[in-house]
Amino acid sequence: MSEAASIYSVDKVLLVAIRDNITDTDIINLQEELSERIVSQKARGVVIDIAALEIVDTFVGRILAQLSAISRLLAAETYIVGMRPAVAMTLVELDMDLAGSRTALSLSHALRALKAKGLA
Amino acid sequence: MTAAQMSEVQTILAEEFEAVLEAWFATQKREGVRRPDLFSDAESRRQLSELLRAFAAALQQADLSTAVDIEAEAWSDLRLALSEVTLVRTERGVAPWEMTAFVLALKQPVASLLQERLSDDTGRLLQEVSDFGRVVDAFAMHINEHFIAERDEIIDRQRAEMMELSTPVVQLWERVLTIPLIGTLDSMRAQEVMENLLNAIVEHQAEVVIVDITGVRVVDTQVAQHLLRTAAAVRLMGAEAIISGISPKIAQTMVELGVDVGEVTTRPTIRAALAEAFRRVGFSIARIEDTRV
Repeated sequence: MSEAASIYSVDKVLLVAIRDNITDTDIINLQEELSERIVSQKARGVVIDIAALEIVDTFVGRILAQLSAISRLLAAETYIVGMRPAVAMTLVELDMDLAGSRTALSLSHALRALKAKGLA
Repeated sequence: MTAAQMSEVQTILAEEFEAVLEAWFATQKREGVRRPDLFSDAESRRQLSELLRAFAAALQQADLSTAVDIEAEAWSDLRLALSEVTLVRTERGVAPWEMTAFVLALKQPVASLLQERLSDDTGRLLQEVSDFGRVVDAFAMHINEHFIAERDEIIDRQRAEMMELSTPVVQLWERVLTIPLIGTLDSMRAQEVMENLLNAIVEHQAEVVIVDITGVRVVDTQVAQHLLRTAAAVRLMGAEAIISGISPKIAQTMVELGVDVGEVTTRPTIRAALAEAFRRVGFSIARIEDTRV
């Protein structure tokens, strides 16, 4: 696993923390590792924490959409959490409103929501 | 062309200063721009003589061979005198056209004096009259510019003040925020609104925000777009937006414009929005037992 992103297992939920300096190759590795771990650990929930992201562009925006689409296909409900105001504004500006993904204010909000649905 | 070619005008201004002043004053009276209701004769005369003196001094130094450039160094004293007079007059409610006419009134008296002095040299007379006209026109245009610049400054200042006043985010309840929008929502304000709102969401860990547009005068496609973008950004942050204050009229307009709010929750009144917000964060309002009898 690269340094730019890490996957942790919390209860039955996979927590993905994305760092600010993530690159193309990191992302491909991350996608692979995440999809394999969702299947091997039978995870029903994924939380992608992007609180460390200060700058986004279309590339990062697309990755977030892809990661949540992959998780959804593997039957794990995915939350994107911790987005900074500046990042949200940029994504809206870029017309990438991540319509298919769920969002939550923070990790604990997402975990609460997953627990409420019996997925964590 | 050198300054010498307007020598006759300069001579007139030097020799017959008082006469020109009187004539200028009289022309203004005739054209109805003297405003005796705002200025006493003595005050008007003082303003005119200041201007005329600065004007005569500037003519000595100015280079008239090219287009008359009032911004040039030679005219700085005149510019100063002009802005002072303009300021005094506008403060008392003189309109821009009156100020322009006020200056242009100088043309006629000087032209008739020139005519008296140069009656035997038509070529030179025409030359001087047209040159003098050029200078006075530039002079009048400068006043207009000055007017507009001053007005723009006021508008800019007011816009900045409005911006500060107009986007308060209020916490209504635990995890519930509202931002009441008032007036017009242009791109700049929309940006400000979004920024304040998103920062407040982080600060208060809010889960529901009510964007109230009761006070927004006009909702067109652009305003609707701004609102939906704000709602999209709020969702990205992990909170939910409710747009409230959509009157029947605005609802009809939005549909006519083909605005699709998609998944965004809307409510006609802020009251309905608040009820919905409470429901989402798990509170309810109950009537207390009526003890008033």
